Amino acid sequence: MSKLLTISPSPHVHTSDSVNKIMYRVILALVPALVWSVFMFGLDAVRVTLLAVVACMGFEYLIQRFLMKEEPKITDGSAALTGILLAFNVPASIPSWIIIIGALVAVGVGKLSFGGLGNNPFNPALVGRVFLLISFPVQMTSWPIGIHAQTDAVTTATPLAILKEGVKNGQPVADLMHNLPSSIDLLYGNMAGSMGEISAMLLLLGFAYMLWKKVISWHIPVFVLGTIFVFQGVLFLANPDKFIEPVFHLLTGGAMLGAIFMATDMVTSPMTHKGQLIFGIGIGVITVLIRNFGAYPEGISFAILIMNGFTPLINAYVKPKRFGGKK
Amino acid sequence: MLKTFKLGGVHPAENKFSADKAIEKLALPKSVFIPVAQHIGAPAQALVKKGDQVKVGQVIAKAGGFVSANIHSSVSGTVTKVDLATDASGYPKQGIFIEVAGDEWEECIVTDETLVERFEADSKTIIDKINEAGIVGLGGATFPTHVKLMPPPGSKAEMLIINGVECEPYLTADHRLMLEKGPELLVGIRLLMCALSVNKAYIGIENNKKDAIESLKKLCASDASIEVVPLKVKYPQGGEKQLIKAVTGREVPSGALPIAVGAVVSNVGTAFAVYEAVQKNKPLIERVVTVTGKSLSKPSNFLVRIGTPANELVEAAGGLPEDTGKIISGGPMMGKAVASLDIPVTKGTSGILIMPDPDAKRKTSQNCIRCGRCVTVCPMGLEPFLLMTVSEKQIWERAEKDCIMDCIECGSCSFTCPADRPLLDYIRLGKGKVGQIIRSRKK
Ligand code: SF4
Ligand code: SF4
Repeated sequence: MSKLLTISPSPHVHTSDSVNKIMYRVILALVPALVWSVFMFGLDAVRVTLLAVVACMGFEYLIQRFLMKEEPKITDGSAALTGILLAFNVPASIPSWIIIIGALVAVGVGKLSFGGLGNNPFNPALVGRVFLLISFPVQMTSWPIGIHAQTDAVTTATPLAILKEGVKNGQPVADLMHNLPSSIDLLYGNMAGSMGEISAMLLLLGFAYMLWKKVISWHIPVFVLGTIFVFQGVLFLANPDKFIEPVFHLLTGGAMLGAIFMATDMVTSPMTHKGQLIFGIGIGVITVLIRNFGAYPEGISFAILIMNGFTPLINAYVKPKRFGGKK
Repeated sequence: MLKTFKLGGVHPAENKFSADKAIEKLALPKSVFIPVAQHIGAPAQALVKKGDQVKVGQVIAKAGGFVSANIHSSVSGTVTKVDLATDASGYPKQGIFIEVAGDEWEECIVTDETLVERFEADSKTIIDKINEAGIVGLGGATFPTHVKLMPPPGSKAEMLIINGVECEPYLTADHRLMLEKGPELLVGIRLLMCALSVNKAYIGIENNKKDAIESLKKLCASDASIEVVPLKVKYPQGGEKQLIKAVTGREVPSGALPIAVGAVVSNVGTAFAVYEAVQKNKPLIERVVTVTGKSLSKPSNFLVRIGTPANELVEAAGGLPEDTGKIISGGPMMGKAVASLDIPVTKGTSGILIMPDPDAKRKTSQNCIRCGRCVTVCPMGLEPFLLMTVSEKQIWERAEKDCIMDCIECGSCSFTCPADRPLLDYIRLGKGKVGQIIRSRKK
């Protein structure tokens, strides 16, 4: 034999799965919702998404090449994914310069300052989003009306914001609900909101795809959404005048987007299914608390970031069940 | 619902190309190299020297202790030297070189293939014969069988579990044996049951060998004490602890042996060897080896004399393909990559796997994306990503506390990691180090 043989320790076979494949599958799972947002918000949606993706990848390249002095890894898909998720979390009408700042914060602060993919404790897209929300509250909360809505208004508040404002002024929930989209509208996405949060149904479609391809497991989304449903349900039953019915909460304000695409970010969520249970319930509880009692109408971004902070702790204390009983 | 073990597991592509290839007798080699250490435990002591004439079945090396096994000549001819040569481990090993002349067997060995069902031997006689015959676990672990049959005081075997799982992709030797030697196998199982004084045996077989399940089920339909248990296809079900869990639901405690839950596990190849040893006086001098690979022209199952050079097997299977990138002794999950085909078939050789070039290379490792897959697939409930990190950083107390010694080196974690991290490489390193620390503490 003239040729050299490879000698390496076992195992000698490997799954065809790779980090890139996982990232691109998540991106693919987001495509239906993306198409819908283009349908609803037109070219603005294209502009915001493209800008966010290009800016995220660009900043990642520049920072890795010139600041960190390492081989840029922008083709692994993670920067592009952060870009799409960031775009999904802002109004389609957002000025271009704001989204670029958001991308810089997401990639630069949220991810690379910790050492890059795998080392960041917080979901980068959420870091970007929350930074923008705090810095540019006005631009971040004026929601454009969809192209297909029958109204003359240009912007409006999201259903959750309208409700929160109304309840604060003492109006009963039932009255407020008359002026809001029906559950069916919410389900397919005929409402005001960020690009990625408006169509619950298409997000669920993406969820199904990711489950099928085994990109993520069902645990986190189900525990997040289940907790929101149960907790909000209890509040609703206790006082239906003050609290909205739970299904409404599931279908609005990024609950789906957060539960399916942000909370499941592998890097920042616990490793074991048991840990994911705690993580998911935590996000659900905090979301409901913020939405009903906090300063913001929306709460899942904060809830995920807070629970991201607990992930290392959960990983340290929640061990998988060992074979043979030893702890 | 098919039975299986609960925790973790993976399902690599099966690639059982040789599954329908009947076992063929490989032609006698011209010369053999028979290492004196083909088992776990002390090496055997060579009894022959240069120039000696040996017959097939003659003891040429005597067991070097209780946990050791006799070595017999697999051919007849002249000992040309007793010297070092490389075996599948990659290290030079002491062994006996024999030049083949004719095929002359020891007189006491029955060479015809008629089935001998009846036996009157008692437990002790059977164990003695197994000991004599140098039988070791043929699944790859090569633990001397007679040791397993003598449970330490205070423990008692309740059942025998026969490992017909063959969960390694590509390998089909056990599959063919179950199909072609069913009746002999059952006698072997009865002999093992008698040796252990148990009255229940289970044969665990993965469901991708439906024909073997059917045929063995038919054969033991009239014998309630032997039960065929079809299992869901999931790697590493052939691991003793996983197999016991799958078949009986019992969990061997961390750090303990199967006997702690009353089980003794034996491979189908071993059970067949037991039949031959007790009923035919035939020591362990040959075994079935799968020779396979994607670009091999004739994937096959061969009955091979121990000591035959691996390249003769590959020649018989159509020759080494052009695109060969890696040669593995054993299966792709736990087998060992070897540097050349100039190595002998030993008692533990279950297969020779030829991998084409692109598949042979490792991919470069990336950052851990903390996806948790390695944790989900680990059949021992460990946290491979963590064990790798602590081994890399040499934090041995942490590695021990997180049960690194429980790792069965199945490779499921490395197999599944999307970032191509060499998890098991580091865990092996850590296991070695922590093992040393534990042993030094005991002294
Ligand atoms: S090799 Fe060890 S750590 Fe990795 S999956 Fe198997 S038992 Fe678990
Ligand atoms: S499978 Fe690989 S990438 Fe995923 S957690 Fe384990 S080591 Fe990290």
